[in-house]
Amino acid sequence: MRRVGWLALPLWLTYAFLYLPIVVLVVMSFNASKTPYAWKGFSLQWYRELMSDDLIRQGFINTLIVAVGATVLATALGTLLAIGINRYVHSALVEAYSLAPAIIPDLALAIGLLATFALVGVTLGLHTVLLAHVVFGMAFVAAVVLARLGHQDQSLEEASRDLGAGPISTFWRITVPGLMPAIVAGALLVFTLSLDEFVIAYFTDGPSTPTLPIVIYSMVRFGVTPEINALAALLLLVSFTVVISAQRITKLTDAL
Amino acid sequence: MTTTSIGSGRGAARRRALIGRAAFAGPGLVYVTAFMTVPLLLIATYTVLTRGRFGGVKWEFTLGNFAKALDPTYLSILGNSLLIAGITTVLALLLGYPTAYGISRLPRQWQAVAIVMVVLPFWSNFLIRTYAWIVLLNSEGPINSALVSLGVIGAPLDLLYNRGAVIAGLLYAYLPLVILPVYAAIERVDPQLQEAARNLGASKARTFWDVTLPLTLPGTMIGAIFVFVPSMGNFVVPELLGGGKTVMVGNLIRDQFLEARNWPFGAVLALSVVAFLVLLFALQAMVARRINSAGPRA
Repeated sequence: MRRVGWLALPLWLTYAFLYLPIVVLVVMSFNASKTPYAWKGFSLQWYRELMSDDLIRQGFINTLIVAVGATVLATALGTLLAIGINRYVHSALVEAYSLAPAIIPDLALAIGLLATFALVGVTLGLHTVLLAHVVFGMAFVAAVVLARLGHQDQSLEEASRDLGAGPISTFWRITVPGLMPAIVAGALLVFTLSLDEFVIAYFTDGPSTPTLPIVIYSMVRFGVTPEINALAALLLLVSFTVVISAQRITKLTDAL
Repeated sequence: MTTTSIGSGRGAARRRALIGRAAFAGPGLVYVTAFMTVPLLLIATYTVLTRGRFGGVKWEFTLGNFAKALDPTYLSILGNSLLIAGITTVLALLLGYPTAYGISRLPRQWQAVAIVMVVLPFWSNFLIRTYAWIVLLNSEGPINSALVSLGVIGAPLDLLYNRGAVIAGLLYAYLPLVILPVYAAIERVDPQLQEAARNLGASKARTFWDVTLPLTLPGTMIGAIFVFVPSMGNFVVPELLGGGKTVMVGNLIRDQFLEARNWPFGAVLALSVVAFLVLLFALQAMVARRINSAGPRA
């Protein structure tokens, strides 16, 4: 077995750095104090206030609409794209082009989409946020599915075709079930990404339908309220659950 | 194409490939083109147009937007952004490289857990992660109250709303993006090369400097780009943790589109960030090609 030795130091440092702020936030969400810093005993009052906040509830519903819609579209398009690249296109350039939306700076994409929607004359709203989230979501799904296609052998599909199945029935009965873990993992990742996405939503959303991150942004901008601690703790729980599920379904590290 | 070619195997295969290409890759590629390429080309076009009175553009050619970007006020903001993004990147490499190296030395089953633990915070809400630092660094926050109650300091320190807080926030946001590619690069190094160097009498340190480090340089550069470019374009961290005192290119771009309503100038600034990305990737590709063709140094 290889030794970790002195390398344990940066490891501990990194994990402390990554998790200390999160732990502090979660602990503070149960704080009875009105100022969100000093500890005054255990309380669930911020969670109760959170549940009765209409702005946050409406923001959450808006975010959910976008996330579900973007996930469905991005998963369908991204899966087809990955199969198309792996089986029919065989071009590194096309592959890089398809995955580019995941790497392009979000601010550049955001202003580009705003300019495009303005030029075409589309009114901004949840539908424009949804369309925008599909473009990077699709790239993430395609990446995860491509990684899976990389180690899948095609003999089952060939056997299916040799035994007389048509291309469509081979696709639904052999290709899709074989890819299912990757498709589900990709969908889960798009869902969390969309749920948490702020910059692109900030530029492509209309003023009357703010998504949850936009609501959080305006709250955080004008000071700190303990309610946000409670919301933060819940959002962290959702993200962690979804990502760990995706990781368990397929090895995420293969795609990265 | 004539009807006789339907029977020929080659023609049928080629047609099947074409149909497959169009049916599978077609919709996705059209979507990427419509919602990424067209928007970026539009931004590129806007750089040479005149600003509209209420946002948008007038279709009159000008090079004035580029001239404006060379104004000392904006050059100093660009310089400030490069400095902050640069410091963040160096710190991310100093902490991220040894961490990735440490992870690669863990037992197999622990490596996967360690990597997931690195990625996990990255997948959570970015605003929440930035907000956590407001709580942490506040004058009444846990760090200050701990230091005061331990008697290390007499009065709380001003940890928030300065350049240091911005760097901490950016480092926190993007550190995982260094660790992943460096880890992947270290895992790809053939252990036989390191063994050979050791057998030929090289010390552990020499083996690292002459074998491991050069071979992992391309992956390390990818990690550095993944920290540097989004740090430059980030406007949330400077606003929330810099308290409006630290302005970066990202803030400037946001303001041109949403407040100043000077879209062409905002487009020039945004394009400069994308240009940095392309330039750095080109540099990375060049280094990667040289290292792959030369192999490790003797």
